Amino acid sequence: MGRKTPLHDLHVAQGARMVDFGGWDMPVNYGSQIEEHHHVRRDAGMFDVSHMCVVDLRGAATRAFLSRLVANDVGKLRTAGKALYSCMLNATGGVIDDLIIYFLTESHFRIVVNAGTRDNDLAWMRRCATDWGFDVEIIERADLAMIAVQGPKARAAVASLLTPADGERALLLEPFFGIECGAWFVARTGYTGEDGFEVVIPAVEAESVWKALSAAGVASCGLGARDTLRLEAGMNLYGNDMDETRHPLESGLAWTVAFEPTERDFVGRAALEAIRQSGGSPMKLVGLLLQDRGVLRSHQKVVVPGVGEGEVTSGTFSPTLERSIAFARVPRATGETVQVDIRGKLLAARVVKLPFVRHGRALISL
Amino acid sequence: MSQVLADLRYAKSHEWARSLPDGRIEVGITDHAQHALGDLVFVDVPQVGTTLDIGGACAVVESVKAASDVYSPVAGTVVEINESLSGSPELINEDCYGKGWLYRVQPASASGLDALLDASAYSAVLAAEGG
Repeated sequence: MGRKTPLHDLHVAQGARMVDFGGWDMPVNYGSQIEEHHHVRRDAGMFDVSHMCVVDLRGAATRAFLSRLVANDVGKLRTAGKALYSCMLNATGGVIDDLIIYFLTESHFRIVVNAGTRDNDLAWMRRCATDWGFDVEIIERADLAMIAVQGPKARAAVASLLTPADGERALLLEPFFGIECGAWFVARTGYTGEDGFEVVIPAVEAESVWKALSAAGVASCGLGARDTLRLEAGMNLYGNDMDETRHPLESGLAWTVAFEPTERDFVGRAALEAIRQSGGSPMKLVGLLLQDRGVLRSHQKVVVPGVGEGEVTSGTFSPTLERSIAFARVPRATGETVQVDIRGKLLAARVVKLPFVRHGRALISL
Repeated sequence: MSQVLADLRYAKSHEWARSLPDGRIEVGITDHAQHALGDLVFVDVPQVGTTLDIGGACAVVESVKAASDVYSPVAGTVVEINESLSGSPELINEDCYGKGWLYRVQPASASGLDALLDASAYSAVLAAEGG
């Protein structure tokens, strides 16, 4: 048996199909995964993401510490509540994890890290703080639960649970900002390509909040729909699309690496600079749309005639497009078409610009 | 609890087989299998004329989550495939023992189904798997 979130018993009572995810017992779906997906695109759905780990960093040196710890630049965080997506790299440029950093106050930054990497991340952060001599408190908030409420009607549903004053403040949040509402933290972030909030709450309140959101018309959704939504939205999954052996420049994450200012010396910088000076990464991450019938899956071989080979890193059936889509790591010279080896047959796929879908609309032509 | 029909025969790998009045055998996947897979989005069935062995991988059913092999519960020659599945794989989720059939075979021998499980034996397999 894996670890359980505060909502575990409620998921089981609601008839969720539970699976192991990064050592956690999580709901993969409550019925039809495709219907859950459409609920989020068209209305509102919620996901228990309490397996992800909230880490609070406290102390006057926190900004300076993060400036060296992560590849994006926390110098961009100037307004309280602003969020920043970043990779945390090792010395060779490999991705230890991808995470979101919220700037709350100059002595309090909040980080949300992945479930499967949380223990490793915490150990790494603590070792770096010690080695570099930073006086930063690194606090794992196991007392918190997190619910992602996503979809065009998601923000209104969450606001209806807040006090009128907090509800008004929450609805005024710009994308990628968060605010504290009493013991809650409400952020306009997500992993679906839809508008919505991610809500961090005391674990003891998790069940009542989930039930209140249900009563407000928000559909329970599992990790299955979460995966198809994030793939359509062009968002990477740690462990599939990047890991400690893959750097951001070959993972579609170059946009998250801040090489400016040049004097900021973050972990992995030297390795990434060397790749850039040698002419750039030989591989790149692209979106694929399968032209033939079938389903793209991670680890399928990609053949690029006359160029070389690559591999599908994440693949699925897109409920919105009703076609199979994927991310694949392919040689840099890959053009507009590739072939994918599906059970010994080479099927045609088109290279497309990500994302596939945003705010309920297909962004690519079929 | 998964539905198990009394008049069908079953393989441990979660396929069912039905004897048709004309001697042919209809094959599909069980309610337990379709439920475990979730929403089906793609089905690859053998071509008409293909010779199948008992237990040989002969078809692939893919849900949003995963691809799964179908093992032929009977030896014989494929004489008909369910053409509707190509456009509507969800028929397997909706009616796995009816409109969601995969293919029909002319069995290689008259005793084609004797080695398969009956409904009670298959129910015991499901109970042992915890579902």
